[in-house]
Amino acid sequence: MKQFKGRPVVAGKCTAPALVSHGGFNTLASFQGALQFGDLPIIGKKYQHTECDDQNNKDLYQKPMQDKALCLPQTIGSTTGGMILYCAKALGKCPSCLLFSEHIDSLAAAGAVLGAVWADSPMPVVDCLGQEFLDYVKDGMKITIDEDGTVTVE
Amino acid sequence: MNENFNYKMKLTDEQAAILHGAKGETMAKVMKTLVLYGDAFDAEKMVPVTSEKGHLVTSFGLKVMKPVHDLMDTLIEGGAISAQKFSVDPKPLDPKVPSDFLKNFVFNKFMYSVQDKYDAQLEKLGLIDKNSYTCTCYMDEVGNKPNKGDVLSWAESSAVVYANSVLGAKCNRNSGIIELFGSIVGCVPYFGLLTDEGRKATWIVEVKTTKKPEAQILGSAIGMKVMEDVPYVKGLDKWLGTELDGDTCAYLKDFGAATASNGAVGLYHIENLTPEAVEQGEGIVAEGAKVYVIDDAELARVKNNYPVMWKDKNAKPKLCFVGCPHLSYNQLIEWTDKVADGLKKNGLSKVSVDTVFTAAPGVIEKFEKTPYAAKLKATGVVLSYICPLMYMNNPLAKSMPVITNSNKLRTYTTSRYYTSDEILSIITKEVK
Repeated sequence: MKQFKGRPVVAGKCTAPALVSHGGFNTLASFQGALQFGDLPIIGKKYQHTECDDQNNKDLYQKPMQDKALCLPQTIGSTTGGMILYCAKALGKCPSCLLFSEHIDSLAAAGAVLGAVWADSPMPVVDCLGQEFLDYVKDGMKITIDEDGTVTVE
Repeated sequence: MNENFNYKMKLTDEQAAILHGAKGETMAKVMKTLVLYGDAFDAEKMVPVTSEKGHLVTSFGLKVMKPVHDLMDTLIEGGAISAQKFSVDPKPLDPKVPSDFLKNFVFNKFMYSVQDKYDAQLEKLGLIDKNSYTCTCYMDEVGNKPNKGDVLSWAESSAVVYANSVLGAKCNRNSGIIELFGSIVGCVPYFGLLTDEGRKATWIVEVKTTKKPEAQILGSAIGMKVMEDVPYVKGLDKWLGTELDGDTCAYLKDFGAATASNGAVGLYHIENLTPEAVEQGEGIVAEGAKVYVIDDAELARVKNNYPVMWKDKNAKPKLCFVGCPHLSYNQLIEWTDKVADGLKKNGLSKVSVDTVFTAAPGVIEKFEKTPYAAKLKATGVVLSYICPLMYMNNPLAKSMPVITNSNKLRTYTTSRYYTSDEILSIITKEVK
């Protein structure tokens, strides 16, 4: 077990299994299939869950993201990113929380804030956890976060 | 309203009044969103948006984006309308673009079934006009070109990086919705690329290629390396010159789009070429900047690492997109000549792969008035205003072998990347 102290961008508590991206998380590329076709049984199994659709993300491609503690350095790509995160949150298809090793980027911050102000229940977001956090955490580890930005990994 | 809301940023009396409900509950929530957004970056204050017009990234009436459409309704009902007119990214559909019954059914009955409703929302919120759908709003033919030093509340990664780098405007990589909020209240949090410090380069990129690098691959390599940092690119002026003419601006448009989509670049400086690099030289490079050397081998390595997502890697291409971001007028002319010449050389009259060129409605309108329009039509190439990314953003397109010279389109879809010369060669030869 190890604890890391970050900055709560959107304060909250949660416990969830970790899902780790060591490279930048491309929000649009990751969520586009899962968001659009997540509820469409006729399309086939691939789109029945919130799987990551980003072919360039070797860590996450085709892994389910919903209800996971998504651990990442920062988000990249299209400026639809924050809006996509907001939609994922409002539609209940988002990760349980977002944990950034670096300072949060402008797109993810937008998504976090939009969720906090305009959605019913905010998604906890912690940033500035450091590279050591991203080196330590592995897929499936149990993550618990507190409102003060303390992240426990076990 | 928002009385117990703790925030760090210093607001003017007027901004604080909006936050506390002086202009209604909806405007208060809009302001609260911007304040929290700024606080995440320790922004000390809000600064006025000084550009004449805004630009939004969200142009698509996707049924699944219901939360966004509901939010738009809330804004309209609450009187939170944009204080400035805005352009918006390209539309997702155009009947001229090759499709089939199943695709049309999915597009019109499922995916984009609320397009008309969303277009109406945009009009109510402040859309300039029905021709304002493009990712290249800064083209002269479109008319949303900010001045140097203007503070913008824009989104669309390729437009933001162009406005910052080539035009010298100041804009953060805002997300969709946030950019509209800035245009509604007329101010944005002061941080990042709005500040002098945030515009300093933290990477020096040394271009040491033996020929002019492909814009889309060079941008991709830099984006993947520097992520959201600001690069100062040396050695590219050898290939581009020192004048921001039409060809160079088109190159930088494509280069920038790749830096922004393959990474998260919002601003780059090109030595001896872009405005701030010309004014400040290496003075704009931050102390301790990291160095990335790009030569022919590095560009080849980057290109060879692009995953090919086609089920059958040897499939014959069925569709080709050129124009993501939208082509400039000069690029359209150049492509028209090259395709016509290529077909003539190879003894063909029509392109061998269904091909779509995309450009802004204003650019298309200008092009259609020239003899080149008939010349292009004769080659079989379709000219459209759509967003290729939105067209391909569905599972039916995933099973289709699509080729493109756009690194942005490659990143978000299953389309396969080829250089512009390779694309030209493929579409003007018999497909075997």
